[in-house]
Amino acid sequence: MSGDGQGISHWFDDEAGPVVRPYAMTRGRTSHAAQHRLDLIAVVVSEPPKDDLETDPLLSPEHVDIVELCRDTPQSVAELAAELDLPVGVVRVLVGDLVDGELVHVTRPVPPAELVDENILRDVISGLRAL
Amino acid sequence: MAFGCGERRKPPVEPVTLKILVAGGFGVGKTTLVGTVSDIRPLRTEEVLTEAGRPVDDTRGVEGKDTTTVAMDFGRIALREDLVLYLFGTPGQDRFWFLWDELATGALGAVVLADTRRLEDCFAAVDYFERRSIPFVVGVNCFEGTTRYPAETVRQALDLDVDVPVVLCDARERESAKEVVIAAVRHAGAHTADRRRSVTT
Repeated sequence: MSGDGQGISHWFDDEAGPVVRPYAMTRGRTSHAAQHRLDLIAVVVSEPPKDDLETDPLLSPEHVDIVELCRDTPQSVAELAAELDLPVGVVRVLVGDLVDGELVHVTRPVPPAELVDENILRDVISGLRAL
Repeated sequence: MAFGCGERRKPPVEPVTLKILVAGGFGVGKTTLVGTVSDIRPLRTEEVLTEAGRPVDDTRGVEGKDTTTVAMDFGRIALREDLVLYLFGTPGQDRFWFLWDELATGALGAVVLADTRRLEDCFAAVDYFERRSIPFVVGVNCFEGTTRYPAETVRQALDLDVDVPVVLCDARERESAKEVVIAAVRHAGAHTADRRRSVTT
């Protein structure tokens, strides 16, 4: 991370604190336990709304943005990063928080090895032709 | 609506998402191809590289610079409400190979765009996909005013396997760009079918 404190001592994760801009939103965290599941095309889906998100002290405005963006149309991690103009790494951490908080869930893309369903490929080809 | 009051909206459709990589040298038309086929103008996402980039990203001599921003352009094609194809342009610089690994994980297949005036620019991409057994097609982007070579000549020059499709295209033309992507999907299908056969027999 580009950080003022980086050269002086080694701070990681929560201990690093909000030292730099992009990762300030993640409170300095650059990774998340749930991250291995978050492919760029993993789709984030908001859970049915529970409480008023904006008053939740644990959520940053960016967390709220993600939940709201994914409410009507589930969005991929890549789209969220582009839409919110945040680095992918930051979006991954924030989505990880939201998964932990059960505010969203993530659907994994189909791994190609399991893509035995030729019907999907056929649908993709006919869909492309119809564009 | 027949639903109770609490059921304010129907749950959103969770689409199946697939991705295809678009690789090739700098300025070969990757972003153009992505934009031509996509519903929306290409989106840009950035990855800030941190510690993770260290082993591969040689920062000797520039120790003060420990972040790098890599931009990836991508497009989205909604084929159906529940089926979305993403096209990702790979970062051009060779030193971001490790980002390729992330992009390539779970990719259906790839398009390697080539420019016959500097064919060597796509060697690295061809090599990358060959080594990882990721099915790819070569799209020869026919720039205006350049000599057109037959697909077979390009195949020989790139020393491609016989089964790798080579498609002449114009990345700016929608129909032409679509054909390249369709070729990639079709080739990926044939590739997985072959694999399945070799596993079961």
